[in-house]
Amino acid sequence: MKATRDEVRIGFYVCHCGHNIAALVDCPAVARYVGTLPGVVLSRDYKYMCSDPGQELIQQDIREHRLNRVVVASCSPLLHEHTFRSAVEAGGLNPFYFHMVNIREHDSWVHTDRILATEKAKALARAAIERVAHHKPLEIKKVPIHPDVLVVGGGIAGIHAALTLANAGKKVYLVEREPSIGGHMARFDKTFPTLDCAACILTPKMSEVGSHPNITLWTYSEVVKVDGYVGNYTVQVKRKARYIHEDLCTGCQDCIANCVYKEPKFADEFNEGLGKRKPVFIPFPQATPQVVLIDPEVCLNFKRNKNPDGTPVVSDKCKKTCVEACGERGAIDFTQKDELREIRVGTIIVCTGFQTFDARRVPAYGYGIYPNVYTALEIERLVNASGPTGGEVVLRGPKNPDGTPRKPRSIGIIHCVGSRDKKTNLWCSRVCCMYSMKLAHLLKEHTGAEIYNFYIDIRTPGKGYEEFYNKLLEEGTHFIRGRVGEVTDWAMTPEEEGKLVIRVEDTLAGVVRRIPVDMVVLATGLEPRADAAEVRRLFNMSCGGDGWFLERHPKLAPVNTFTDGVFLAGCCQGPKDIPDTVAQAGAAAAEALALIDRGYVEQEPNTAHILDNECSGCKSCIPLCPYTAILFDETRQKAYINEALCKGCGTCVGSCPSGSIVQNLFEDEEIFSEIRGVLAYD
Amino acid sequence: MKYAYFPGCSLKGTGRAYEESLLPVLRHLGVEVQEIEDWNCCGATAYMAVDEGKACAAAARNLALAERTGLRQMLAPCSACYLVLNKAQHYLNEYPAMRRVVTRALDSVGLQCRGDTAVRHPLDVLLHDVGLDAIKQKVTRPLTGLKVAPYYGCQIVRPYATFDDQANPESMDKLLAALGATVVRWPLKTKCCGGSLTGTLPEAGLRLSYILLKEALKRGADVIATVCPLCQFNLDSYHAKIAARWEPVRIPTVYFSQLMGLAFGLPAEQTVLHRGMVPLRFEPAPAAHA
Amino acid sequence: MTKEWSPRIVAFFCNWCTYTAADLAGVSRLKYAPNVRIIRLMCSGRVDPQFILDALARGADGVLIGGCHPGDCHYVEGNYKMLRRFTLLRRMLADLGIEPERVRLEWISAAEGEKVKRVINEMTEQLKALGPLGLPRKFAEWDREVIALAREVQDREAAAGPCPERPLTPEPQEAVHA
Repeated sequence: MKATRDEVRIGFYVCHCGHNIAALVDCPAVARYVGTLPGVVLSRDYKYMCSDPGQELIQQDIREHRLNRVVVASCSPLLHEHTFRSAVEAGGLNPFYFHMVNIREHDSWVHTDRILATEKAKALARAAIERVAHHKPLEIKKVPIHPDVLVVGGGIAGIHAALTLANAGKKVYLVEREPSIGGHMARFDKTFPTLDCAACILTPKMSEVGSHPNITLWTYSEVVKVDGYVGNYTVQVKRKARYIHEDLCTGCQDCIANCVYKEPKFADEFNEGLGKRKPVFIPFPQATPQVVLIDPEVCLNFKRNKNPDGTPVVSDKCKKTCVEACGERGAIDFTQKDELREIRVGTIIVCTGFQTFDARRVPAYGYGIYPNVYTALEIERLVNASGPTGGEVVLRGPKNPDGTPRKPRSIGIIHCVGSRDKKTNLWCSRVCCMYSMKLAHLLKEHTGAEIYNFYIDIRTPGKGYEEFYNKLLEEGTHFIRGRVGEVTDWAMTPEEEGKLVIRVEDTLAGVVRRIPVDMVVLATGLEPRADAAEVRRLFNMSCGGDGWFLERHPKLAPVNTFTDGVFLAGCCQGPKDIPDTVAQAGAAAAEALALIDRGYVEQEPNTAHILDNECSGCKSCIPLCPYTAILFDETRQKAYINEALCKGCGTCVGSCPSGSIVQNLFEDEEIFSEIRGVLAYD
Repeated sequence: MKYAYFPGCSLKGTGRAYEESLLPVLRHLGVEVQEIEDWNCCGATAYMAVDEGKACAAAARNLALAERTGLRQMLAPCSACYLVLNKAQHYLNEYPAMRRVVTRALDSVGLQCRGDTAVRHPLDVLLHDVGLDAIKQKVTRPLTGLKVAPYYGCQIVRPYATFDDQANPESMDKLLAALGATVVRWPLKTKCCGGSLTGTLPEAGLRLSYILLKEALKRGADVIATVCPLCQFNLDSYHAKIAARWEPVRIPTVYFSQLMGLAFGLPAEQTVLHRGMVPLRFEPAPAAHA
Repeated sequence: MTKEWSPRIVAFFCNWCTYTAADLAGVSRLKYAPNVRIIRLMCSGRVDPQFILDALARGADGVLIGGCHPGDCHYVEGNYKMLRRFTLLRRMLADLGIEPERVRLEWISAAEGEKVKRVINEMTEQLKALGPLGLPRKFAEWDREVIALAREVQDREAAAGPCPERPLTPEPQEAVHA
């Protein structure tokens, strides 16, 4: 129904936004200009439209002046469209009779000439006036939310989110790529600043996850496909073959003890390659679930070649003492295949975490060149009592004459490896100063060596962190302020023979130093996982310029993404320590709960519908819809749209040759009048 | 692929062994080069330190001459020439003020410089354009048993590391391994040889050369392979002075191209090993009869 | 018009990526040319070629369409459909004698505030060099030409004498474009 000019009574408001808009845009002039346009009954300028008095002003004006359209020229609709729509509704008018003009983010904040900025504001305002006359009253769509939740990633973030939701009575699927949950935290020895044992605080939570009735734990599994939209996701999960029946394995590990390999032989991923394992193994003693798995790449029972479909060929080369040891339980199954499972959930929380910077990318520090240069994660495993050396910190390379491994008497810890660096990663990884100091403390405890920390700045932003730093100073750790230039084994003096020399400018003393040490530890930074770009597409998320998953708003919406129903938690959104990770996981769980408990999500009513009379039955629109919302009625030879599935993109509208598809809120008439309005002002 | 060839002053003078050994090797591999006609001194580090504008113009004249040949790639074996030509090009493209100065200078002699010639180093061309496989195929007398310490010097890795890593370059290491030699791993392969200081401030300059020679010997090298005429000169020519000041550290220093010629079985006039002050006494494995 | 001509660009930005990027440019206080007027759509797939033609016909000197990068469309594939239409439209515009710089399609993600600034500045400079498109003025001129031609025909026929089927004084032709 077309509104004629006589029927339309528009109220126009231009906001000063304090100085944000008014400093550049002449708001009173804009208001005066708009007041002259047909259909405009009142035109005001006001300091803060989004404030309570501002909103009340709108409501009052609607009642007193019988407004039937409202236009506000202020900030971005992405920020306050909802605020003003609610205000209009409270004033008794359908909220979709409202339109918003962006003269802040798109005008006063990005231009410098007062006259031109004001002209632009007038043009944009005119466009809105022309457009809003065509607005129709619409109703918000309510989409029901499926109560189950998918949590992707079983590190501390995923574990905490899953437990929070499960304890609230929701059914949670926790999908983890590794054979056990625990993530990076499971590999740490102690955590800063309290020096709590990481495993001691983590394993109770892991155990709770494993036994929680509301959590379906799928480890060694990956999400491969996500279809649907908020409240109604259909997710395909690939459960990789462990060659073990998870429900039959009791975790007794007799198979491992009886493997034909008497000694472990293969590099152990959990211990960063420092230790060894057998083909049948459990990642670490407290793994959850307590189930072993078999590595087909090295197990004698599998041939090297693969079947055409990628599954390993079972060869029968081996005596299979493991099967014998398993006995009646019969948990081992060499013919097991990958399995594809499908689940339906309403919300998804992505907690896929980070990867550590590859120290080989900074050859000047000698990782991979000199055997006694270690990464921080390798040291975590060395100092850990259940690590490959039982907690003994020993050096690689030649042993002592009596055959015992050498222990370091001096250790250099280099901060900011791969972080704060134009050549590698620009950001600060946030946790390295703290963990470097933690390692300084632990290494001193384990070896009594002289410890040197080489830093650019000491960053201790958390609770108890600065106090931890002071404690380290009292322990006698040497802190040298300077970015290390190189690690070399060139000896300039006899004392340096056989050592690794750290060359650094000590900026506080103003000299270049050579510090010979036995062991070098690189505080490698955090970076987005290598497959972040593919993973984000699965969930229809974006990555920021630096590669971390993008949050909806850095300050006000750090756990939401631009896709409704998909949330983020933990380091996949940006580097952070464990307290912040847990806080964020709780926040994401709360956001999901908010949706689920309300039971529905409100969708913009900008769906499309087809005008029956005008549809020619050409079927151009049918294949265009990614949600298959457009169907064809063969008997009547007309297309029609299932509005429950329509997401309001407008692609079909833009392509219909007869113009018979109409999109609410973005009708052709509305957009043409915006174009007309924006160009009419000269 | 044909390259414009910029020898620079050293390769025609004290560094002649470099050109004399490199050109036959390139010919042997089917790489065509054409010496730029009427090239001038690039200015090296000296001119850049005195007057950047004039130095850029002098270097850019060579770039302009190369552009005139129509060949898009230029080969500059000498490390200083390689750096200065790259630097001049970089300045031309990054700083409009510099471009104006250079354009004015070149205009006066009827030349223009667009600044889009690729100035390449022989190691870059050998590894990436020719390829190690093609080089391995030409090796008839592998340098089995020869322990070589590859020495890159500073100017091909600092400040621009265009074809190799800045802290740990490996292009020459890979090349020498392809020739059958044993590559000595040592930490000083990009450390300064002393440069011009060996003449002007010997206690500093000679000391740096001494450190390199000593460490190469300590690591068991039989010979040092270099890419730079000044490095070769410094490491080869001051043994008497070094022995007098510190201790004897006699080890031969040759250009990598000489070792390539040796491995390819090229004649003595093309490997010119007699040009070194400290002679390299080594016979590669006899040619295998296919 | 007394003031100096400056190009007017109408932009159609998709809500999820490009409009958000323009907001980011604002939040970051980047400064760019004030010649652009942004119209918000949910998806670049909504852009009907008629919008572009109408904008040009009403006096825009250029039209800029902003969408998500291929593969990133919030609605999965809307930007691909836009690309198809745009490719065809380009050819049509070339036939009409409208320079290709005047209608531009850019993929700008929500994090690329800098790109918004760069593209708008670039396009403004290009259009300044090309000059005004001035279609409304051209339409008015053509309309005047047509009216003058009709008048001429009318005069000639009047001089030639009455024709039984045709009225002596035909109605004056109205301007074809209002």
